[in-house]
Amino acid sequence: MDLLRFITAGSVDDGKSTLIGRLLYDSKSVFQDQLEAIEKTNQVNGQINLALLTDGLKAEREQGITIDVAYKYFSTPKRKFIIADAPGHIQYTRNMVTGASNSDLAIILIDSRKGVIEQTYRHSYIASLLKIPHVIICVNKMDLVEFSQERFEEIKKDYIDFASDLDFKGLEFIPISALNGDNVVDPSSNMIWWKGKTLLGYLEDLELEEDEHKHQPRFPVQYVIRPQTEEHHDFRGYAGQVRSGVFQKGENIVVLPNGHRSKIKAILTHEGEVQEAFAPMSVTILLEDEIDISRGDMIVTEKQLPNLSQDIEADVCWMDSKALVPGNKYLLRQTTGSVKSAVREITFRIDIQTHQKLDSPQLALNEIGRIKIRTAKPIAFDPYSENRGTGSFVLVDEGTNNTVGAGMISGSN
Amino acid sequence: MTTRTRLSHLQQLEAESIYILREVAAQFERPALLFSGGKDSITLVHLALKAFRPGKFPFPLVHIDTGHNFPEALQFRDDLAERIGEKLIVRYVQDSIDQGKAVEEKGKFPSRNAIQTVTLLDTIAEFKFDACIGGARRDEEKARAKERVFSVRDEFGSWDPKLQRPELWNIYNGKIHVGENVRVFPISNWTELDVWEYIRSENIPLPSLYFSHKRQIVWRENVVFPVSEFVTLDSSDKVEEKTVRFRTVGDMTCTAAVESEANSLDDIIREIQTSRTTERGSRLDDKRSEAAMEERKRGGYF
Repeated sequence: MDLLRFITAGSVDDGKSTLIGRLLYDSKSVFQDQLEAIEKTNQVNGQINLALLTDGLKAEREQGITIDVAYKYFSTPKRKFIIADAPGHIQYTRNMVTGASNSDLAIILIDSRKGVIEQTYRHSYIASLLKIPHVIICVNKMDLVEFSQERFEEIKKDYIDFASDLDFKGLEFIPISALNGDNVVDPSSNMIWWKGKTLLGYLEDLELEEDEHKHQPRFPVQYVIRPQTEEHHDFRGYAGQVRSGVFQKGENIVVLPNGHRSKIKAILTHEGEVQEAFAPMSVTILLEDEIDISRGDMIVTEKQLPNLSQDIEADVCWMDSKALVPGNKYLLRQTTGSVKSAVREITFRIDIQTHQKLDSPQLALNEIGRIKIRTAKPIAFDPYSENRGTGSFVLVDEGTNNTVGAGMISGSN
Repeated sequence: MTTRTRLSHLQQLEAESIYILREVAAQFERPALLFSGGKDSITLVHLALKAFRPGKFPFPLVHIDTGHNFPEALQFRDDLAERIGEKLIVRYVQDSIDQGKAVEEKGKFPSRNAIQTVTLLDTIAEFKFDACIGGARRDEEKARAKERVFSVRDEFGSWDPKLQRPELWNIYNGKIHVGENVRVFPISNWTELDVWEYIRSENIPLPSLYFSHKRQIVWRENVVFPVSEFVTLDSSDKVEEKTVRFRTVGDMTCTAAVESEANSLDDIIREIQTSRTTERGSRLDDKRSEAAMEERKRGGYF
């Protein structure tokens, strides 16, 4: 059995919490004591308020809003699912970026009465920017438009027109009613014209292709294991998680950024030696030669070397109330490394409603733009569009220690 | 090139947890692994063996002993530490009570669960721990669903759910100011069933409490409650002998049992797959109020 991580996006009243509640409830992932707890608290027209299954904090229940990303888990006999439940309204860009960064798929909700609106734009743009491979557009509240096939087709056409400049590997549309459960887990008898799968059907059957970037072998060194005991006197293992690609015993490798070369002597797991390691395995690599390697270095194979540069261009989502302005210095964390960096310029800011590139002196909270940044030492990376693992970074404010920016590298500059 | 199968969900979760444990080792100077002798922290220890062997753990195991723990769990704790040859630090809630720092609850259902926090925070201060690894999972409870993998706590151990750092991709930010600490939850993304399936596939030993056995119990608030020297009984309590097991193991004063004949891992997994209640449904500490867990967490609890 495998694991699918997805995010749900939608505006305040699009029925996102209800949809998650419905998925959990109809797939029998809600327990009796949880149901009793929400039955006690609230009922709408005699129906259980399924949205209450997702709001975990006291303030959220008091205010009826979702404050922060929560993670929900459910499984069917076919697959395990992790849902990143990101809030629809306040601070949603930063929260959606957070949830999207780990997702294989995004569900974007559209209210069938309202059709494609500004928020749909935002959510789709972020899904595309973060390179979520698969997107499912759920046209919700079909019960409120008399389950009209014409209305569904109209929204689908509008969306395809507007999303023409976005980049999704897979795009699906499903007409649903989260409130009543039509086409969520069970096929709807109200929409016999719908010949496609239910939402859960899609989630279960979606082919999780082998990561297409698997061919770029990348191993950021996390931690050096040196027992220095009698038994393991000369043991020096480089521990880490394979970010992409495959490493094989006996293969020639290069260590970046210093460029030292060696050969893989052994690949170890706790169970013993293996012939090869592939993403996302956590392993320990031993090399033939004694070379200087530490945390933050990247082991790669001789073919397909990553970029190495101190000058980087990247799309950044700003997550702090103190704006990003050129000249600011931050700690840049990419893979397992940390390096000081300075923002050189803001190339443009994106208006995420219109996708327009605007001149901007700064990036404020929840804004997204392209920046040029210089690092104190060269870093090894791939463009984010080719490798989410080595093309992403976060910026940390060294005064507050907060994570203030999320970056996706477009190239060196 | 040969085709490689994807890792199974358990292998993916394991690889992610090992990665998180190694991040702790690399990012902090004085981490600790909080160990209670329960299935989740036993799983953490197993994952740490995978993350750091043939090296030693870069942290000690730390147990906050409420003084009301199950003897089976304590014995298991000591045996495990000895078997793997790692350091175990134990601090006692009783000492905090004796020093007047913590006050025992009164009433019919007193529990030391809440005052554990006092001892925990003192222990963190005593050893200047900057990171404490715990076995909490997001599926356990609704407030925990909001928890980050790296959760920054202030010098009072407080958690502010509205001021959490965003966690992007798998880049964890463990930078903190002096006096703060980070609670790290490597098995955040595991469910109860994942833990059990993993224990079965890895053949991890557990305390006997998790398997069915005969025990003296009383009924309390519709749950099966173990009789022990720490539980006050009165004339309304009827002591019975039942075949039970524990789904979660905490303090004897707040951990209820479930009636069960399951005495193998296969039986337990089958039982959990068909169960209609959550693991926390048998924890009286969570039933005290709608936001009981959230409030304890804000106060410095796990």
